[in-house]
Amino acid sequence: MTQMTMAKALNEGLRRALASDPKLLVMGEDIGKLGGVFRITEGLQAEFGEQRIIDTPLAESSIIGTAVGLAIRGYKSVCEIQFDGFIYPAFDQIVSQVAKLRKRSEGAFTMGIVIRLPFQGGIGAIEHHSESPESYFAHTPGLRVVSCSTPHDAYWMIQQAIASPDPIIFCEPKSRYWEKGEVDLEETGLGLYDAAVRRHGTDVTVVGYGSAVKRLERAADTAALEGISLEVIDLRSVAPVDIDTIVQSVKKTGRLVVVQEYTHVASVGADIVSEVHRRAFYDMVAPGIIVGAYHVPYPISRLEDEYRPSVERILDGVDRVMGFDA
Amino acid sequence: MSDELVQLLTPEGERVTHPDYATSLSGDDIFQMYRDMSIVRRMCDEATSLQRQGQLALWAPSQGQEGAQIGAGHALEPSDFVFPSYREHGVAWCRGVPPADMLRLFRAVSNGGWNPYTYNYALPMIVLADQMPHAVGYAMGAQRDDDPIATMVFFGDGASSQGDALESFVWASSFNAPVVFFCQNNQFGISTPSTVQSPVPLYRRAEGFGFPGVRVDGNDALAVYEVTKRALERARAGEGPTLIEAYTYRMGAHTTSDDPTRYRVDTDVEMWKHRDPIERVKALLSREYNVHAAAFEEVEGEANQIAWQLRNDVLAMVAPDAITMFDNVYADAHPLITEGRKDLIELGMTEATS
Repeated sequence: MTQMTMAKALNEGLRRALASDPKLLVMGEDIGKLGGVFRITEGLQAEFGEQRIIDTPLAESSIIGTAVGLAIRGYKSVCEIQFDGFIYPAFDQIVSQVAKLRKRSEGAFTMGIVIRLPFQGGIGAIEHHSESPESYFAHTPGLRVVSCSTPHDAYWMIQQAIASPDPIIFCEPKSRYWEKGEVDLEETGLGLYDAAVRRHGTDVTVVGYGSAVKRLERAADTAALEGISLEVIDLRSVAPVDIDTIVQSVKKTGRLVVVQEYTHVASVGADIVSEVHRRAFYDMVAPGIIVGAYHVPYPISRLEDEYRPSVERILDGVDRVMGFDA
Repeated sequence: MSDELVQLLTPEGERVTHPDYATSLSGDDIFQMYRDMSIVRRMCDEATSLQRQGQLALWAPSQGQEGAQIGAGHALEPSDFVFPSYREHGVAWCRGVPPADMLRLFRAVSNGGWNPYTYNYALPMIVLADQMPHAVGYAMGAQRDDDPIATMVFFGDGASSQGDALESFVWASSFNAPVVFFCQNNQFGISTPSTVQSPVPLYRRAEGFGFPGVRVDGNDALAVYEVTKRALERARAGEGPTLIEAYTYRMGAHTTSDDPTRYRVDTDVEMWKHRDPIERVKALLSREYNVHAAAFEEVEGEANQIAWQLRNDVLAMVAPDAITMFDNVYADAHPLITEGRKDLIELGMTEATS
């Protein structure tokens, strides 16, 4: 076991993948000498050279578009999109090309592309730097979306994502980049698409991913003081969702709260609630709910604590599902 | 037409000299181009008829653009890799794509039509300019492999306004990518005249990005061949990208859903008829190479045979079983694919049983 930050864990995971696969490239804006604005790629260009760690023009659509061409040529690319709010210029390449070309070529093309995306809020940033666009991509057949919540998962999941022949949107909770945690450099543990039960509990299943997981654990601590036992599930894979793990939990607790950092409309959380109701309806004692954000653009960051689901709002959601059968 | 245009053969089939380019093609080569252009035009007529008879969902005719496409297609080496747009039937023919496979997408029985690696020819791209960064990426891969091939990408005057087109120019220039940008300026993006896309000649854009741009008479297969060949050689030699603007005219509709009589005048169409790419080569072959009527008739016969075979092949194409919609969406197992397959089987909408 080694202590490191999530940023360092991602850096080490990338380094290990680059060392083992000479056909792996890393592309993005300011990722070379600077090491990326979050320093995730620090030192990689010095170690692996400018031909493999490529400082690109500031053109997101072509970061993804050239990765498609490189994939056709047999290269794997990890593409860094600098901030969540800057992925939209690449939306067409991701949705029309990355997601479809395997299908269109009847399996001839392998789109082994990992799109790294610092996402979610909580860092007091300005406009376009705190968004959660994952539902757009979760909605798109052909793509997969994952998110790490711990340094250990960051280290292993980035390597698993690179090893995957499917394209993956790799969502990194930027507010957790600098928090340290244990990383087991020998033991991978879970598969890339498996959810993790972070806390075992009996009264309410609470589900989240990325930066929300830590808040769910804190909510579980607080709820325990009131005698309410929360089962905390870290989704890890946002698309596809490991629905079996959630359903199994809800069949035990009978209650579900899904936490996400954006509107519930046409969202990952809405889909989870719907699926759990379909599969565990007769085991439920309260309707499942979403504790999400409001249906407004990500607000000025001075109001982000009132927008994002705080521990208090998560606990309020827990009270609502607990009170239903009281 | 502008005097900036590289031309080696006039519309009347007279040779003209150019300070930078000379014909390197033999009579046999030129006859082969004539044959290819004639076959592709005949195939295209057949495809249009098939669409009118309800056998294709859509067709994008290429009549008038055979000179640009066959000229470019002949300049390519088999090891080069090509990214087309959706109207490059002539280039596809030169790459060896079977005509019937070209129509699979248009008959809506396939999302693609062929294995791109078999012909080093990617799939048709309908979203304008999306294929352009793909070509630059592929070229960057070849560069990293020290593989001295060229990558060529086709697009149109309409696509030249897309962000991805301009981004591709930036990337190709910044990385000195071995790529040739081949723009067929056929004067219209559906109804929008090319002057709306670019009030200045398109080829001049290259200068601002730091690489050469050339405007060639797109209806002169001989000139297109020489201009393309040189651009491909530059790319293979590591000298970087080139933009070619093949100045041509879309004689037909944008697609079979289009009605060009609403937006263009007959006199223009008539003028371009006199610049036909096939007729001028035929005139040259007759005069300089003593090719007789019988040889042209033989090509016509061959083109008819290919068109009739194409018709038969297309009529025999049936939609695959519905279960195939789940194939190749993902490489690895995916629960929603498993679930969807199961649902379709339970609904009895497939022959598949597992």
